[in-house]
Amino acid sequence: MSAAKSRAATGARGEGSFLPNLGKRQASGRRWAAAFAAATIAAVLVLGALVASIVNDAFGLVAMEFTVDPATLAPGGDIEKLSDAELVAALEDNLKSRRLRSLGNEKPLAERERADLLALVEDEVIGWEVVETFSLAESLFGRAGVDAFMAAEHPEAKLVFRSWVNARFLAASQSATAIDAGVRSALIGTLMTILITVATAFPIGIAAAIWLEEYAKDDKWNRFIRVNIYNLAGVPSIIYGMLGLAIFVRALEPVTSGAAFGAAADPTGANGRTILSAGLTLALLVLPVIIINAQEAFRAVPRTLRESGYAVGATKWQVVWHHVLPAAFDRVLTGTIVAVSRAIGETAPLVVVGASTFLTQDPTSVFSKFTTLPIQIYQWTARPQEDFHNIAAAAILVLLVLMLSLNAFAIILRNRLRAKKRFA
Amino acid sequence: MKRERATDPFDLAVETGETSWALETKGMCVDYGAFRAVKDLTMGFEKRQVTAIIGPSGCGKSTALRAFNRMNDLIPGCRTEGQVLFHGADVYAPEVDPVKVRRWIGMVFQKPNPFPKSVRENILWGARINGYSGDEEELVEGSLRQAALWDEVKDKLDKSALALSGGQQQRLCIARAVAVKPEILLMDEPTSALDPISTSRIEDLLEELKARYTIIIVTHNMQQAARVSDRTAFMLLGDLVEYAPTKELFLNPKDGRTENYISGRFG
Ligand SMILES: Nc1ncnc2c1ncn2[C@@H]1O[C@H](COP(=O)(O)OP(=O)(O)OP(=O)(O)O)[C@@H](O)[C@H]1O
Ligand SMILES: [Mg+2]
Repeated sequence: MSAAKSRAATGARGEGSFLPNLGKRQASGRRWAAAFAAATIAAVLVLGALVASIVNDAFGLVAMEFTVDPATLAPGGDIEKLSDAELVAALEDNLKSRRLRSLGNEKPLAERERADLLALVEDEVIGWEVVETFSLAESLFGRAGVDAFMAAEHPEAKLVFRSWVNARFLAASQSATAIDAGVRSALIGTLMTILITVATAFPIGIAAAIWLEEYAKDDKWNRFIRVNIYNLAGVPSIIYGMLGLAIFVRALEPVTSGAAFGAAADPTGANGRTILSAGLTLALLVLPVIIINAQEAFRAVPRTLRESGYAVGATKWQVVWHHVLPAAFDRVLTGTIVAVSRAIGETAPLVVVGASTFLTQDPTSVFSKFTTLPIQIYQWTARPQEDFHNIAAAAILVLLVLMLSLNAFAIILRNRLRAKKRFA
Repeated sequence: MKRERATDPFDLAVETGETSWALETKGMCVDYGAFRAVKDLTMGFEKRQVTAIIGPSGCGKSTALRAFNRMNDLIPGCRTEGQVLFHGADVYAPEVDPVKVRRWIGMVFQKPNPFPKSVRENILWGARINGYSGDEEELVEGSLRQAALWDEVKDKLDKSALALSGGQQQRLCIARAVAVKPEILLMDEPTSALDPISTSRIEDLLEELKARYTIIIVTHNMQQAARVSDRTAFMLLGDLVEYAPTKELFLNPKDGRTENYISGRFG
């Protein structure tokens, strides 16, 4: 055996060799990669199931019965095609004279808007009533079963495909019947609440983060504060609701009800249970998260950037304002928006703070009673009737779209800031 | 006339204090916690000359340099004892604001670190925050010319400084430092991240800059120290071993440790 050959032999399986391990190392790497892929697939499946179940409820066939067949009013039952005069005629023919008189006293029929007339004909003449709703899956794939069921149970009913999310759903307020109910007050409530949350939590959070990260000495007290901010971020949201109830609704009632500012007492009797209280409670909830996020963003600003500021004779504030903040701002912003979009979906703390359960009026100011989308969804889901579950799903879609647009806005803004930072 | 006189003792000293050294340290010690990185440094830096500080890695060159303009104040746990005299005033005196010290004693770092702003803003920012109210265009051109960068960037003044090459960025950092009209420039291995051509440009630049500024440069490169400096200090383990005119130190070192180091026997 030549020297070279024996070296090759020990090289291949001798004790000093590195190579024989390689196959094993690669195999273990592949196993881990497969596990990671599986985890990702599981996450995607769960997400898909969630979306599917919502969409399944938000669209589908609806069986409706009526008192007066629309086909007798207009050809093909399409009352949109009727002229204003014909609509008035339809009302006059079909309504009781007492009802006609009281409507006329409110506002003569001839002077009413077309949309108003259409709504009156739908509600009072035709009198649609939902007798059965079907899920999207049933509607698409089990049509035969649906038809059989309908023939047996509701031979009179008319079967129509309905998108529970529609323009009317967005424009209408809460109602006792699902088909008439909408999310308008809840949507306005959510937007106003979140505006208050952002307007208070964002500046306070950033200011606190600047102080903690840039100014506070690294002593016992400040470490204690920092650790506790981290802990606060993990406190269950319902506890914040109780805090909000104690502080904003009870102790600060003169302020949160608007009485201290001479605002006219809310006719609905909101007392402290106002949009202002709700917004401030959510601000408490997101504040720790915003602070932690901003602190991390400031910490990520390289020391060399700060030093180059100090080296030309800048004060600490000038370095923070001109260099640290702009460099960290995109991260601060993304962190804030992620925190806020979580807050949009919060239900528990607002229930504690006293969200209204049945609000048919839009809030007029921050001192009004409030309800929000998640509260509305929660209530509708809790009802036994099928059609309320359908509008709950529709409201969830509205909420998701709201959150997604907020996140998309955050991403666009961040990319803009990044691009500016790079090419300034 | 009297009303224009500075009232702050440090400002007054800078205005009127005449000393033979541009900067002088007396028994300066720098500690990181319990570790003493610079031990009892006593030396003076000559006006309008280039002084090089050499020594093996970890001997405390950067630490000493950063102590001169109180840059170490930014490092938690770093403490400086002794005196650093600028125009006869101790920059570590309790009433002296370090911001003021850095305004007179500028710094250029090892890695080029321009602000993520335009070339023009890089020059102007320092001047503005220090209350400069003169002609901005003039300042930009003047500073860039002093850094031998004007011809290369005069058409890209509004472009991002980060789009410049490494060597250009480093000269921009020099221009940024001179824009606030300091008296002393501290440079910590300013060419170690650069290619040989950029390095030699900066070395040439030092020759011109010393007509206006006192320059203290830390370098790992002994040839560079020999080429650009008038005086050289050799440090070892936090001690100043030898400090002499550059020629003398390289040709005729008095201390055996210096001789070992420059002949490449350690470090
Ligand atoms: N922030 C710090 N905290 C603690 N010790 C430090 C710190 N910075 C430097 N030191 C220590 O101080 C000593 C001197 O460091 P310094 O950076 O001044 O060395 P240097 O001479 O500049 O080295 P180099 O040539 O490698 O840059 C080293 O032993 C280093 O470990
Ligand atoms: Mg160093």
